[in-house]
Amino acid sequence: MAAQEVQPSETIAKLKSESEALKTKLEEERAKLHDVELHQVAEKVEPLGQFVMKTRRTLKGHGNKVLCMDWCKDKRRIVSSSQDGKVIVWDAFTTNKEHAVTMPCTWVMACAYAPSGCAVACGGLDNKCSVYPLSLDKNENLAAKKKSVAMHTNYLSACSFTNSDMQILTSSGDGTCALWDVESGQLLQSFHGHAADVLCLDLAPSETGNTFVSGGCDKKANVWDMRSGQCIQSFETHESDINSVRYYPSGDAFASGSDDATCRLYDLRADREVAIYSKESIIFGASSVDFSISGRLLFGGYNDYTINVWDVLKGTRVSILFGHENRVSTLRVSPDGTAFCSGSWDHTLRVWA
Amino acid sequence: MSNNNASSSLAVAYRAVKQLRLEASVRRIQVSQAATDLKNFCLQNAHKDPLLMGVPSGDNPFRPPKSCGLL
Repeated sequence: MAAQEVQPSETIAKLKSESEALKTKLEEERAKLHDVELHQVAEKVEPLGQFVMKTRRTLKGHGNKVLCMDWCKDKRRIVSSSQDGKVIVWDAFTTNKEHAVTMPCTWVMACAYAPSGCAVACGGLDNKCSVYPLSLDKNENLAAKKKSVAMHTNYLSACSFTNSDMQILTSSGDGTCALWDVESGQLLQSFHGHAADVLCLDLAPSETGNTFVSGGCDKKANVWDMRSGQCIQSFETHESDINSVRYYPSGDAFASGSDDATCRLYDLRADREVAIYSKESIIFGASSVDFSISGRLLFGGYNDYTINVWDVLKGTRVSILFGHENRVSTLRVSPDGTAFCSGSWDHTLRVWA
Repeated sequence: MSNNNASSSLAVAYRAVKQLRLEASVRRIQVSQAATDLKNFCLQNAHKDPLLMGVPSGDNPFRPPKSCGLL
């Protein structure tokens, strides 16, 4: 009997229609459980009072746009990176610069502090993530001890150490995320699924297990299993690039900030978006978001130079902070929640409390 | 050559379906339950949140003016 050849195009058509059917089913299943809005559940919660948050420290020293910053676990040191290739470690209490490294590339878009406080990681247009051990000797040339860890095929957009100094998670303009062993530089796991540049990532709080969330230019936020490399949940409700993602302190949800001028909250157990933080008057993109330690406040840094503070439960804006003279590009709350730091294209970082 | 394109499109389509099957099978809870848990977490931890509660200047290392105690 002559073998009947199944045309690939027939199979592709079948798979595509199954794809569409599954997407519809996904939306239906999510909708079935959408019985109430978050702000309705929070109706009886006491509204927040007036907030007085001011700039308490201004860190000056970068020669160009500040692109990224991270806090040390000691709650006082900060690492920041800039378009001019400089990575600076500051003591935020005194505003003194403790270390400075000049990277061989401009646009250092990512930097992170190691959990031990003994090293920093950074990268950008060099497509790499490099780790610099911090020496107690201020005169020592940090660049000499540099270790190249990650290699992507496009710019590095974000990096984060995992629970230890031994592993780093990276995201890249090449559309992938990757987990690396710092000592050997070996690729431990790669994460494929975004259809465009990945711009941000955040690791789940350690109690929640081995997952992380990433956001990209494909408007998607993906949640990944770090061990298997599998994308376990995906959310596509933003209307433009997702610039920042951050887990809610309990690990059950995460917030995102986007070029569509909104921030959104996605609950992982309900598997859907549960709140949108937006106003008609806010028309510029949100570049960076972070929660206060109870999760009640969401701080968003925007491209219109302001920081908006949102009541996460009620969905309302409680404060707007002015001070920066150009886009806010990065924002993180300190490890003990006593302050938050913002970095801007105006070359400075500000610590607010 | 057209065979190669066809088989890689096939692989892409197959992967997409596999991924969607996985996502569709995720166990979900009601938004009311999820929202209540989010609310309770906020309320239980509110007293520990310095930016929310405001702490007296003496206790917040960032609030007092820059220290002049240089030795």
